[in-house]
Amino acid sequence: MGDELRLPIAADVDVVEARQQGRALAAVAGFSSGEQTVIAAAISEIARNILMYAKKGEITLSLVQNGDRQGVSIVAVDQGPGIPDIERAMQYGYSTSHGVGAGLPGAKRLMDEFEVDSVVGHGTTITMKKWRRAI
Amino acid sequence: MEVPILRQGQYLIASIQSALTDADLSHLREALIAQVGRSRCRGVIVDVTALDVMDSFAVRTLRDIAHMARLRGAETVIVGIQPDVAFAMVQLGLTLKGVATVLDLEEGLAFLDGRTKGGLGGGAFDKSRRPPSGPPRG
Repeated sequence: MGDELRLPIAADVDVVEARQQGRALAAVAGFSSGEQTVIAAAISEIARNILMYAKKGEITLSLVQNGDRQGVSIVAVDQGPGIPDIERAMQYGYSTSHGVGAGLPGAKRLMDEFEVDSVVGHGTTITMKKWRRAI
Repeated sequence: MEVPILRQGQYLIASIQSALTDADLSHLREALIAQVGRSRCRGVIVDVTALDVMDSFAVRTLRDIAHMARLRGAETVIVGIQPDVAFAMVQLGLTLKGVATVLDLEEGLAFLDGRTKGGLGGGAFDKSRRPPSGPPRG
């Protein structure tokens, strides 16, 4: 369970790689193909956010367990400019980069847990998790 | 990974074969818009059957393709959105508002035939401008 996959994000091919690895990990965790797609889409959004705002960073994927529930954890870390106004950044449709403003709020909608930790001038860490529905 | 663009009659068909990077998507948009003019085509089909994820950038690019092609006189239809992809798009809050989507390539061709029928000057926009005295429709 201690396995984690660390993926550098520095170009748009890395975004594709990260979401494909995320889908593969979600499959290992037993998520349905619909949920695998949801997880891959969430990874795509936060990976692109790294590229757009910080230019480079890293995404760590791992399997997590809580009691008898299994899930995946995705942690995105960058040393970019940080997010000055997290509340606004989490608003759907708000973007400072000509994006659609669906990145962070979109990823949050897709996941069960979503946390943003950002310090202006130092960088941003986004931690998100998705749990398998109890059978 | 470059997306092949085939010409079939008055239509262009872009058939996505594998996962695309943002740069690939942007390139597809530019190539399609340029080719709409060069080949004077009336319709564009983008087949996304092979895409296993559509995030906000992909959806925005498809929407841009449809709107830009329309400004150049061609109708666009997106075909082949997979069930899982549709599920994730809805959860993400992404829509393809104002863009035609149908199940598969066959329906895409039928859709364009319906929209672009009418020979010279029979583009989608002309259709709506046709005076009420014209032949009855539907």
